[in-house]
Amino acid sequence: MYNKILLATDGSEHSKRAAENAIHIAKCTEGSKLEIVYVIAADKAKSDVLSNWNSIDVNDSRKERIKVAENMAKESGVSFNIKILHGEPGPTIVEYANKNNFDVVVIGSRGLNGLQEFVLGSVSHKVAKRANCPVLIVK
Amino acid sequence: MNSIGYKQSWFGNIKGDILSGLVVALALIPEAIAFSIIAGVDPMVGLYASFTIAVTIAFVGGRPGMISAATGAMALLFIDLVAGYGLQYLLAATILTGILQILFGIFKLARYMKFIPRSVMVGFVNALAILIFTSQLQHFVGETWIMYLLVMITLLIIYLFPYISKAIPSTLVAIVFVTALAIFMNINVRAVGDIGTISQTLPLFLIPDIPLTFETLTIIFPYSLALAIVGLLESLLTATIVDDSTDTPSDKNVESRGQGISNIVTGFFGGMAGCAMIGQSVINVKSGGSGRLSSLVAGVFLMFLIVVLGDIVVQIPMAALAGVMIMVAISTFDWNSIRTLHLVPKSDSTVMVVTVLTVIFTHNLAIGVFAGILLSSIFFVSKISQVEVESSMKGNKRFYKIRGELFFASVTEVLTKFDYDEDVKDVEINLRRSHIWDDSAVVAVEKIVSKFEENGKNVEVTGMNEDSNELVGKLANKLGSH
Repeated sequence: MYNKILLATDGSEHSKRAAENAIHIAKCTEGSKLEIVYVIAADKAKSDVLSNWNSIDVNDSRKERIKVAENMAKESGVSFNIKILHGEPGPTIVEYANKNNFDVVVIGSRGLNGLQEFVLGSVSHKVAKRANCPVLIVK
Repeated sequence: MNSIGYKQSWFGNIKGDILSGLVVALALIPEAIAFSIIAGVDPMVGLYASFTIAVTIAFVGGRPGMISAATGAMALLFIDLVAGYGLQYLLAATILTGILQILFGIFKLARYMKFIPRSVMVGFVNALAILIFTSQLQHFVGETWIMYLLVMITLLIIYLFPYISKAIPSTLVAIVFVTALAIFMNINVRAVGDIGTISQTLPLFLIPDIPLTFETLTIIFPYSLALAIVGLLESLLTATIVDDSTDTPSDKNVESRGQGISNIVTGFFGGMAGCAMIGQSVINVKSGGSGRLSSLVAGVFLMFLIVVLGDIVVQIPMAALAGVMIMVAISTFDWNSIRTLHLVPKSDSTVMVVTVLTVIFTHNLAIGVFAGILLSSIFFVSKISQVEVESSMKGNKRFYKIRGELFFASVTEVLTKFDYDEDVKDVEINLRRSHIWDDSAVVAVEKIVSKFEENGKNVEVTGMNEDSNELVGKLANKLGSH
């Protein structure tokens, strides 16, 4: 019943478990497609660039973060692709999910920055509130 | 990443660029005034600089969507110049800074930015944040609790207003609110007008009024050199951040040249030297800006506001500006570096801390960066200069195997690791796991060989790799005369 599955990831522990669940859902429906989404926020660009100053490409560390979910999807044999988006994580994921008519969004309950999420109200919360499809928040 | 044409970089995102340019102009005004006050010049010097730099760089910059204007990093560098010699020397130094930056661009020095270690870059932004913060402390001396309260209100609005709306920059809301509060409640606190004047006129072309002598050059050159380096450092760092957050490439050499041209123009129009701004560029990208038009709109709208609203601008309380500067300091600091301080290698943390401390003691970001680069090179050399000498017997032959890099820093220790007086006839020195890098290493190997030979032993050097062999062939017997 879930043909188009969106998995939002940031490489954190929670998003790893979200990936497990997303893959599980994908396996339940023949011909389903999993889309792994990673959002680059302008706010984070400064610390990303600084912490990767001497590496050849900042994108290396990002690819590393996506790799976790990517490898899991590869091993499981489900059909998937990867999408990198720019903007504020919450609204960007919501917009992408609604525009492309996803059947379900799978997302970790907390991301990389625990304190900030606590103060600002988490990305997963925003997605759950505003997405037009069912949202699975994985603890 | 796709490369885009010049025309496309102007008109590819008209609506987004105009809107974000307006937002950036509003956010620029308080900073331009505050940075002028840090430097000890009239607010107009920073405002003119922000106008001319933002407009010029829109045409000649290499990174569309990046915002350049009067900055704290630059203002902190010429406090002494202004205090000692006055504004005209600052304008001359600004023009010279531009010339040096154009040379940087022509000689394509941007690629050497990669030689600056990560820990030095982190130290640079952290030191900058600390200096911006401490530059505000003077405004608190001898002030009343009302001033402290206004600073608190400013900061609260800056950090909490985004929860209500993100369309208007919260710094602007804070400035407007606190200024209105001070005017309508008739609170007697120091305002911008008490420190300098705002003239509601466009900048004029002027040639700095300085004696064109060698002495003038010796006064301004050290400042210009530091300004050129720090300006490019922050600009290229910012350009990388914008590249990264928009996923588009930029030409760093064109940007270096563009920064130079902007500073020359600024100097002739009565503005102080500036560079790219991390915070404003992030605001621009977040507000939807990505093209050259955004920078042009920001500059023009800023000047328009000053001409129209100059009377109100002078009434902005210093407390509100101090609040904005504290926010700038907090967001400039790389808090990530504190969290990971215990995770990164000790030598990296040391370099970062030394960079910060050097800047705080010298008040000069350029000296801090050099100290950091120097220290990390020393760490690197000492790490790589560890050389092991394994000694074993092969029948009647003493066999030494050298592992590691042979160069000026490692040879002295290597020399002591051989037993020259041992009672054997034959000695073999194997260099298969080693590399000879410079003349010191060649001389050292020759010295080892001759020492063994003096003691009547047959020495054989084996396993030298091709590069080392070539170097030895070139240098051997030509250096050994001492």
